[in-house]
Amino acid sequence: MKFIKTIGLALFLVGFGIFNASFFLNQFQLNEKIIHTYITDSPKQNLFKEQASALMDQQISPGFTFVGEVAAIFEAINEEALQSYSIKEDEIDKIIANARKGDAFSFQIQVLSEVYPGNDPVSAFKRKAFSDYGNWLDGRSFDDRETFRSNLQNVAGNIKEYGIISQKGFDTYTIKNLKYSLTKAASIGPVNDNPVKYLWLTYVLCIAGAMLYILPKIKDGPPGIKNNGIFHSAMKNVGWLGILTGTYLILFYIFLYFYPEYMTTWIIMVDPISEFLKGSEAGRFFLYGFIYTLCILVMGVRMLIKYRHSRYQMVRTVSVMFFQTAFAFLIPEILLRLNQPYFDFKNIWPLDYDFFFDNELSTLVSSGGLGIFMLVWGIALILIAVPVFVYFFGKRWYCSWVCGCGGLAETLGDPYRQLSDKSLKAWRVERILIHAVLVFAVLMTVGVLYTYFTGTGSLMGISTYKIREVYGAWIGAGFAGVVGTGFYPLMGNRVWCRFGCPLAAYLGLVQRFKSRFRITTNGGQCISCGNCSTYCEMGIDVRWYAQRGQNIVRSSCVGCGVCSSVCPRGVLNLENRDENGRFGKPILIGNDSFKVEA
Amino acid sequence: MKNIVIIGNGISGITAARHIRKMSKHKITVISAETDHFFSRTALMYVYMGHMRFDNIKPYENWFWKKNKIDLVRSYVSSIQTGDKMLVLDDGSTLNYDVLILAVGSKPNKFGWPGQDLKGVQGLYSFQDLESMQQYTENIERGVVVGGGLIGVEMAEMLLSRNIPVTFLVREESFWNVVLPREESEMINRHIREHHVDLRLSTELKEILPDENGRAQAVVTNHGEKISCQFVGLTAGVSPNIGFLKDSGIETQRGIMVDPFLLTNVPDVYAIGDCAQFREPLPNRRPVEQVWYTGRMMGEVVARTVCGKKTAYKPGVWFNSAKFFDIEYQTYGHVWSQLKENEEQFYWEHRDGKKCLKFVFDKASRKLLGVNAFGIRIRHEVLDQWLNEGRTIEFVLENLKKANFDPEFFKRHESEVIDLYNRQNAGANLNLVK
Repeated sequence: MKFIKTIGLALFLVGFGIFNASFFLNQFQLNEKIIHTYITDSPKQNLFKEQASALMDQQISPGFTFVGEVAAIFEAINEEALQSYSIKEDEIDKIIANARKGDAFSFQIQVLSEVYPGNDPVSAFKRKAFSDYGNWLDGRSFDDRETFRSNLQNVAGNIKEYGIISQKGFDTYTIKNLKYSLTKAASIGPVNDNPVKYLWLTYVLCIAGAMLYILPKIKDGPPGIKNNGIFHSAMKNVGWLGILTGTYLILFYIFLYFYPEYMTTWIIMVDPISEFLKGSEAGRFFLYGFIYTLCILVMGVRMLIKYRHSRYQMVRTVSVMFFQTAFAFLIPEILLRLNQPYFDFKNIWPLDYDFFFDNELSTLVSSGGLGIFMLVWGIALILIAVPVFVYFFGKRWYCSWVCGCGGLAETLGDPYRQLSDKSLKAWRVERILIHAVLVFAVLMTVGVLYTYFTGTGSLMGISTYKIREVYGAWIGAGFAGVVGTGFYPLMGNRVWCRFGCPLAAYLGLVQRFKSRFRITTNGGQCISCGNCSTYCEMGIDVRWYAQRGQNIVRSSCVGCGVCSSVCPRGVLNLENRDENGRFGKPILIGNDSFKVEA
Repeated sequence: MKNIVIIGNGISGITAARHIRKMSKHKITVISAETDHFFSRTALMYVYMGHMRFDNIKPYENWFWKKNKIDLVRSYVSSIQTGDKMLVLDDGSTLNYDVLILAVGSKPNKFGWPGQDLKGVQGLYSFQDLESMQQYTENIERGVVVGGGLIGVEMAEMLLSRNIPVTFLVREESFWNVVLPREESEMINRHIREHHVDLRLSTELKEILPDENGRAQAVVTNHGEKISCQFVGLTAGVSPNIGFLKDSGIETQRGIMVDPFLLTNVPDVYAIGDCAQFREPLPNRRPVEQVWYTGRMMGEVVARTVCGKKTAYKPGVWFNSAKFFDIEYQTYGHVWSQLKENEEQFYWEHRDGKKCLKFVFDKASRKLLGVNAFGIRIRHEVLDQWLNEGRTIEFVLENLKKANFDPEFFKRHESEVIDLYNRQNAGANLNLVK
């Protein structure tokens, strides 16, 4: 058995090694066809070709160099555009001179034809831009020269910031996209030549190795709690291996969210799968979804073996494996193949924070009956499913049975559940943070909807686009992704769910105040051993309640049931019962000397 | 305001301190030579096995004591001068008290075996025992555990968790059969062996042989067999830790003698937990009860008396629990290892041989007397109520679903149990209450 496990581990490491090596394996070669495909605006195309001439048809590696070169091209183009198209100080002086009426200054749009009389593209642009960005000045008079100047400079600044780059150069958003698509298209090398071979050498090898490592555990002794050596492990107790794993995960997420252009080789590798499923090439989030689902499935098998003495754990694990594979991964891709909107039927706002974004709403509204159904379904989940199901079953129906984040936490993250902080201080921080994120998510969505219905981009002086951008980067990517998963081996597997998830906060509020769910303690049987608290991934000090015979009613409890599983004395049980008595006084049974209220 | 000193920071002493604090503003000092803070003694095994860190087995965070004005003193009390109401600590300093509560626990039994004080030979009771076990079991080839009780099986499990082969010497012909009836005891024998423990029943330790460094290197059994090992766990029970009371004037026999109010023969000196011995044992109870739960209850009771609400120790329906490797055990009421004259039993065992239920009831009145449950969790509240109300075996079986405390989706066995009862008892036609 040990031999098979060692082989499994070796295979996994080889596959994982090839996977990481493939990151550096390809070369990058830009050609005209690629540029024409991705930069369709012909003046910009020419500008790019001009600047890229040195790069053309050169094989460049590694990806870092190539991306650097491409970035430098965009920077040069933008620089040049700013140089040629900026409104210069002497031009402003001319405008002022032309606008002078005695002691005052009166600005008329027509002035511009005098300052920029030519028909060359630069003059034409400046004329147009100034009248677009400065038309609010038309006909206004100023008594003093400096005020007039500063207004004109303001217009010039706006043109520089918003006009020139988007019209004559490349804005940040476009650069981000182009860096990714150009790099992916320019990729040549072994992974492009035979992506399927690399699928075998990486994913298949890793899965096979993991299975050979995991499956023999079924022979590790009779079914029962298998926590031996966890706190002696370098992986599971923040040893060097845990820190290494955490660092790797954090880097992976940073690349995924902020620098996808560097991971194009990995995305090319899953292109065949994407083509097969949805009929088009893969993007970074296809890659992510694919790896995510595999992690849940493979580590789900581990979970099933580890907790095979507990039917609750087994049923729950199969549930998260199913919802991830079908609802989060396959169905949305198949919908795309059928020319329907991409939709995850189990994702709920505000975890699904872009559900109300205007582009999402427009897609749904314009997609006929199915789109409307999706919209209604999504809203029904928020307004009906959450309160009703939480009332009957607690928030666990979602957090540890359905949710994708929960699914990953309960499978890939299970080896790290003991690392959550159980201190009272951590609980305080948790309550502040998670509710702050909920408020943020709600405010952001209010702004987004305001913009959707009124067409106005700012609410009370704040740009609703800016808020959603900040939320997406800091909460959606930073907190949920980088911290949420990257910190598994450092702070436990539910960092996001506990401190950040706004949906968990919403579910938790219902669970705390209106639910039949609670964890019951069994009379006076608790021996204060601490297994329940230690293995609570949400950092609830379960023992505090158990040892005084008090029901555990906590908004954060995701109902994973592990406290009950690891309890050596059968003290804890997850129950849906009559609401009465849920908040009963702590009572320890067994001492008839007096009524013990611990 | 009284000056209350508690010796011992185990479950009894700490429960007393907490309850005194809830009821009063008395000055409370807890003295322990063992550790700075209270920890769960029953959880020491999990630290060794790597399930938890030592910090995880401390039920209260370190700030708790200061916040609740419970002073902790790390010291060893070498003697008590009851006349002056004064304690002498091992550094020579003294401490006065108005009320003294002795919660000093016990120590592992050693029965004069040759070699019992060698290095690598020990019991498992204290934090120091845990440390020494960690030290003496590193890179060893075999451990021998002596004594067939709860700590013995725990120690075997601990050693196995570190892949150390274990030979388990049990004097009796079946594991813990002074407490467990035959069927249950045999179930645990099988389970211990399923875990590849070399279980030797009807085997006693004769002597432990030293190597040249004064460390255990083998044991010899009463059958003359020599078993090579580098660690020997002695788990043949524990005795109250009363050596330091010799000249204190506090009366002791096996333990510290107490009345129903846990008061010793000396005024204002109480004893609770493992170390207390009742002059008049309660019906069906032992004079010395060395169980977590009774220790806790005595702490709860003595706190009231000390705070002026004089309360006698009156435990309710007996209950206890344990875990033998993967099999959980709970017991309610009294199930003796042998049926008494007036008793009858009904026993159900699952076909996998790892779950069973035993019901003992009075022959004449059919009233339930006790239940043993293995591999099935039982609801304490319900059994406590049924035993207090004197429910009959028939009532209990028909309502068995109410007593189940297993997690959701677990396979339920109530109908199998009741079917078996109906088959075994001609004329019985019990129906399960849904």
